[in-house]
Amino acid sequence: MSLRKVAVVGAGMTKFVRRALETGKELSWQATSMALESCELTMDDIEGVCLGTAPDSFDGVHMKGEYLSDGAGAWRKPYMRSYVGGGTGVFVPIQGWYHVASGMFDVVLVIAEEKMSSYYPHAQGAFLTIFDHTTERPLKPNLLWIFALEMNRYMQTYGISKKDIAQVAVKNKRNAADHPCALLGDRNITVEDVLNSEVLAWPVNRLDVSPVSDGAVALVLAAEHVAKRITDKPVWIEGVGWNLDTAYWTNRDLAYPRYVEYAARMAYDMAGIKEPRKQINIVEPYDPFDYKELHHLEGLLLADRGQAPQLVADGVTLRDGDMPVCPSGGLLGVGNPIAAAGLMKVAELYWQLRGEAGARQVPGQPKRGLAQAWGDLMQVGTVVIMGR
Amino acid sequence: MSDKISNYPGTPLSEKEIRDGNVLSIHDQMPGDFSWDTGVAIGRYLAGLKEGVILGSHCTHCRRTVVPPRNVCEWCFRPMDSFIPLRDTGTVNTFSLCYVTWDVQRIKEPETPAVIEIDGASPLHGIMHKLGEVDPQQISIGMRVKAVWKPAAKREGAITDILYFKPIQE
Repeated sequence: MSLRKVAVVGAGMTKFVRRALETGKELSWQATSMALESCELTMDDIEGVCLGTAPDSFDGVHMKGEYLSDGAGAWRKPYMRSYVGGGTGVFVPIQGWYHVASGMFDVVLVIAEEKMSSYYPHAQGAFLTIFDHTTERPLKPNLLWIFALEMNRYMQTYGISKKDIAQVAVKNKRNAADHPCALLGDRNITVEDVLNSEVLAWPVNRLDVSPVSDGAVALVLAAEHVAKRITDKPVWIEGVGWNLDTAYWTNRDLAYPRYVEYAARMAYDMAGIKEPRKQINIVEPYDPFDYKELHHLEGLLLADRGQAPQLVADGVTLRDGDMPVCPSGGLLGVGNPIAAAGLMKVAELYWQLRGEAGARQVPGQPKRGLAQAWGDLMQVGTVVIMGR
Repeated sequence: MSDKISNYPGTPLSEKEIRDGNVLSIHDQMPGDFSWDTGVAIGRYLAGLKEGVILGSHCTHCRRTVVPPRNVCEWCFRPMDSFIPLRDTGTVNTFSLCYVTWDVQRIKEPETPAVIEIDGASPLHGIMHKLGEVDPQQISIGMRVKAVWKPAAKREGAITDILYFKPIQE
């Protein structure tokens, strides 16, 4: 199979806020125009549009792809919305990648939007529908259950404490203090603050969880011959991977995300990465809950099973550590407008690898980064590896 | 965010601004009413629950027994070979003590959801249900439990025919 090289050449994002005055369409337009402006292109240069947005139930709008299409600049263009739950934000750049890698398009816009504030009184209610309507919903589950159940199993399997896990929330919220778009940046937060926050669903406390948010992020992708004309600092998409495990989530090992491993192996193979722990300089794993960052580092083969908390304790995952993890501030700090949050991670790699991340810049001129998201009913993994 | 950009769009709103009418918003509801077919496998599962039996299905090719039962083994994509009754006892695989309802109302007495590995099913194969007749602080992973059923006359062929699982001594 001969694939063309694909680069990210522009990026833009809105602030992530608890509730935005702007509609989803307006947020999409703002992020899109920033991304175009950043690489001095116009909508006329865009040959196709890939949009990612999570469940229709958040916005209360059926067929959100069509609804958001004008804000995404999609009219009279090949356009498609992709959706893999929480994994969407890192899947939609993969969709953009194969548009360009296949040779069908030279320049593609990738946009991810989420407006979670519309659901009343709380977006949590919209998640009820992800459970099986016959065998689970009669028990009146809420989304916190599955995270709490998975976190508890992870803790028990490897003897990990809540304190070990709380360090992730502290690191990410501190990192987010340097992000101008962040909702929950806090330079002074401590492990005690996390451990003493309200218990929602033991072992999950309020500060273990990322916030409901509104926001949008956009990227411009280009084929090699175009990318080199647009910028002298293209950031290449070197590997992509995605994988799905069984939807019978009570029939599998909750302590280890095998589907993330499979997605990562696919991306490592494509990128020619043999020793990920040495070759990946920045990691942006999906962190809607603090334990998930650890869980995912293990699935990504960047830590031994049950050993990710040790990396955090040793400072390896700090912004100036050996393997910075979520230097953006992640979902826990920047915010979690689902699809937009995943694409924010890819955008962060783009800015970091170009050396444009300002106060958040990872030192040492990093060469390669990995972004990952996760979703559906806890069983999809999506991975993008980028390098310069 | 890039240090080449100084202004970021997006205007935060507070709940108060909406309550006070400083910005307009439209409230609406979309009531949905559905009747879901249970299908072949889950239909038999529910019929089993009505009889006080937890049914699984077995794949001889993968040598595993799953619960809830299904028609096709998602590992080998062959038809499952048989439905088999499992025991109504099991082991707590994981649990939570949940202090919020599905619509984020705070509650004092926690709900106690759990994944319970059902005896007779393959290792790590279980169902989600709740625990009962137990002090929430005493629940632990690995605890042995047994289903507490509704009285036979009141069962309707639903997952709620099992009220909860309670700890047992063996």
